[in-house]
Amino acid sequence: MLEINSLTRTYGPHTAIQDISLTVAGGELVTIAGPSGCGKSTLMRCIAGLLAPTAGQVALNGTAVTTVPDRLGVVFQDYSRSLYPWLSVAGNVALPLRCRERRRAARRKAALAALEQVGLAGSGDRYPWQLSGGMQQRAAIARALACDPVLLLMDEPFGSVDAQTREDLEDLVLRVRAERNITILLVTHDIDESVYTGDRVIVLTGAPGRVRAEVPVDLPAPRDQITTRELREFAHLRAEVSRLVRTRQAPGSPGTAAGAVPASPRARGNASPTEGPGLSPAR
Amino acid sequence: MKGLTGLAARLGVLAAAIGGWQLATGPGTNPYFLPPSAIVSFMYRQWFDGPASHLWLTPDATGNLVPSAGRMLAGLAIASLAGITAGVAIGRIRVLAALTEPLAHFARAVPPPVAVPFFLAVFKTGTPMEVASIAFGVIWPVLVNTIDGARHVHPGQLETARAFRLGPAQRLARVILPAAAPKIFAGLRLGLAVALVMMIVAEFTGSTNGIGWEVSTAQATLDMPVIWGAIVVLGLLGTVLNLILAAAEHRALAWQRGSARTQ
Repeated sequence: MLEINSLTRTYGPHTAIQDISLTVAGGELVTIAGPSGCGKSTLMRCIAGLLAPTAGQVALNGTAVTTVPDRLGVVFQDYSRSLYPWLSVAGNVALPLRCRERRRAARRKAALAALEQVGLAGSGDRYPWQLSGGMQQRAAIARALACDPVLLLMDEPFGSVDAQTREDLEDLVLRVRAERNITILLVTHDIDESVYTGDRVIVLTGAPGRVRAEVPVDLPAPRDQITTRELREFAHLRAEVSRLVRTRQAPGSPGTAAGAVPASPRARGNASPTEGPGLSPAR
Repeated sequence: MKGLTGLAARLGVLAAAIGGWQLATGPGTNPYFLPPSAIVSFMYRQWFDGPASHLWLTPDATGNLVPSAGRMLAGLAIASLAGITAGVAIGRIRVLAALTEPLAHFARAVPPPVAVPFFLAVFKTGTPMEVASIAFGVIWPVLVNTIDGARHVHPGQLETARAFRLGPAQRLARVILPAAAPKIFAGLRLGLAVALVMMIVAEFTGSTNGIGWEVSTAQATLDMPVIWGAIVVLGLLGTVLNLILAAAEHRALAWQRGSARTQ
């Protein structure tokens, strides 16, 4: 349902992402991991239609993305900026509904339903700054869901909440996905999170960001914060992704995570990673 | 200071100041300094001794205080509307800012009273000239502050608006104006102070009624009660308008105090 074709975005002389190609099927939850500065946010903005690519294209359900598509939900990292402090929580969630629903009462009803789905029933009349960070991010997720999206983009959504809250929010995303069968693209710098939540992890290289590898995650569903994380496969997968994120790609050695870390026996669970096409020499 | 003790302390200081003034200006002292009791009783007779059907205003009050207040409010309203509208446009449209901002800063630097003779020449004596003078004084602080507020909306807030497909009208009403509101209110507070000054200057120069006209007439005959009464009335008018604006600001920016406390 989402097709990204040789996407490149430059800022002046600086190339943020280069030649990224990626296909996401309907209902899939794909996580994107990579070292900091690998252009994850640039990639998200291009997919959301917020940023025009320098080259290549993004297509959603066969239609090229040139502006922000309908039925797209976005959750930003910085919830303190993305939720408007002058609007109540319900007001924030209802705001994007204005373009499609004229009746105020119906908008509010939809907003409260979305808040209930993320576990914020009864908080609609409070203001974002009266909520904890985790609750604010729940509100941001509710706002994205209220638009009834087919595609949900999450840009490091849990980067600034504590570990316990983070796990709760990860489970919330998994639950929402299961309930609504929406397609989710989640950018994260947390390797555990990318494995725990994803059906597939896309690892990007350092700047300029290219697809380094795709790691299918064949962990049993439903995922559970304790039992899933104690699986051997989980440990293997997280080690694999970690190696791919942390080490530079060695020239001409596809599939090998060479560099600072000595090449260790490849961790193989049920899944085996496939290196991406961008095999250019490391610096 | 907070609460009742603070209020009591403030009222105490006020009462002591008025009482001290009363004692220092008793009979037989300097004729230019009237005691508060004389000022208050003069003000009552001059302006507030009218029939209940006229809200207790005397003909002198309806002929001078009311027109003055009306001009001031009209000037404030026109300048606020124009200043906020133009300020948002200039603050959000880069080309417009590059073209007009030097001009706005120049106009702002002009001491507003110097424009009164110009407006007098254009509009002749009367209310249009006074309203124009007041509006000219008010518009620049409102404009410059609104430009600043509209320009510095956080990029994340604007990107969120785009990501959720808010139209231009909604972006303006729901994002840009609320985000710029703290600055806009700062501009309005400055504008309010200028409005009072410009009302008096304009009425000194070219008017046949109004509180400023009344004072300038009294000046010629050294009519001290009128001069003192006008000083007190203008102080009260300014205080009341400030309180109204502060209450509106308090309401409109409740979110800002709340979020500042928690971040």
